[in-house]
Amino acid sequence: MNLDFSQIVPSIPFILEGIGATLKFVSVSILFGLLLGTILALCKISNKKWFKWPADIYTSIFRGTPLILQLMIIHYAIPQLFLYDIPVFLSAVLAFGLNSAAYVSEIIRAGIMAVDKGQVEAAEALGVPYPSMMVNIILPQALKNILPAMMNEFITLTKESALVSTIGYMDLMRRAEIVGAQLYRNFEPLLFAGIIYWVMIFILTNIGSWVERRMRQSD
Amino acid sequence: MIKTMNLSKSFGELNVLKNISTTIEQGEVVAVIGPSGSGKSTFLRCINLLENPSSGHIWINDKEITGPKVNKLQVRKNIGMVFQHFHLFPHMTVLENVTYAPMKVKHIKKELAEKIAKELLQRVGLNDKVDAYPSRLSGGQKQRVAIARALAMDPEIMLFDEPTSALDPEMVKEVLDVMKYLATTGMTMVVVTHEMNFAKEVADRIIFMDDGKIMEEGEPQEFFTHPKTKRASDFLAKVL
Repeated sequence: MNLDFSQIVPSIPFILEGIGATLKFVSVSILFGLLLGTILALCKISNKKWFKWPADIYTSIFRGTPLILQLMIIHYAIPQLFLYDIPVFLSAVLAFGLNSAAYVSEIIRAGIMAVDKGQVEAAEALGVPYPSMMVNIILPQALKNILPAMMNEFITLTKESALVSTIGYMDLMRRAEIVGAQLYRNFEPLLFAGIIYWVMIFILTNIGSWVERRMRQSD
Repeated sequence: MIKTMNLSKSFGELNVLKNISTTIEQGEVVAVIGPSGSGKSTFLRCINLLENPSSGHIWINDKEITGPKVNKLQVRKNIGMVFQHFHLFPHMTVLENVTYAPMKVKHIKKELAEKIAKELLQRVGLNDKVDAYPSRLSGGQKQRVAIARALAMDPEIMLFDEPTSALDPEMVKEVLDVMKYLATTGMTMVVVTHEMNFAKEVADRIIFMDDGKIMEEGEPQEFFTHPKTKRASDFLAKVL
């Protein structure tokens, strides 16, 4: 068995720097996806065609094509059209944010639809305007339905974030690859990166369960 | 005052309401009875525009609410509604349930809204449940909170859509008692109900509906003892 972890010790700080890089673009992508996803979800539950159709088409496109293809198109193909040299961070955030929005919008839509129709009627009968009804009555209840699926989406996004290594973004994955190439030893740096990914997801999962528990307090 | 003229509602091919014309005076308590599927609830839900009438007219206090430029929210402010399944807001406490709409819709200050809410909850006998969540309440308690929630908007008209149908038998009385009290205050009430005793005792007038039409209407004594139509007497024979 040819294993020697002492060889990667000097490269550990280099790999660890990737955590920050990964977290930075993952959190920006999640926020972007959440914001756009919420807007899309509200369009989908609207009974106006001109809101509903574009949102449905959007979701169909971004769920129906591979994420890595979307990433490549944004990073390599669009610059060809506009002669704009897009920074890797921007490409990464755009691809993951736009993609995540499609999934998030479906999660939120389903969560809203699962809220008892009577809640809408009760609010309407009291003369509550639509925006207030959504913000104060429907969304807080939908949140409980949404949260588990949303946690899943965040976990997927965090793991899939390793794809950005293909466009040269210096994330955890990319750094592990570089160290592997320098040392001609791939097992140790990749295993090390794998453990870090697992720890990040473990923490994320626990935050999720904690939030879920807190939200059940009114039951 | 509620006035309807040739009010009709259809869902696709199904005509649920057919040319309903009636007038409900201010302070009147009207019980709407009839077999299920006769259009009672749809009639009630048209009055606060939870259903859009397919044709016909409705006036509330001589103002038509069936026109194209009517602000539904404005109409509903003045009409309270109580549902069969309560529909309390589960993520809010009892007090928040009752204060939410007055604060949000009528922009009443929090302190005042809470004062009004506590008075109303006292009146429905739930002053000790102010900080409880709806999931901790029994069906009868939930329905009394729902009544307080509707009353908090200080409406002129109250609509009740089978308010006791989802309750355990021993809880029906506590809700009916609140409604009886409300009737004595001069509130205009339209009650869709299967509680014949309540209709007999409390209502000023009975509207009997079948097949989307008003088959018969009149004073409770007269209606329950000498129904004029065969449908009504058949119905009464089954439920009394």
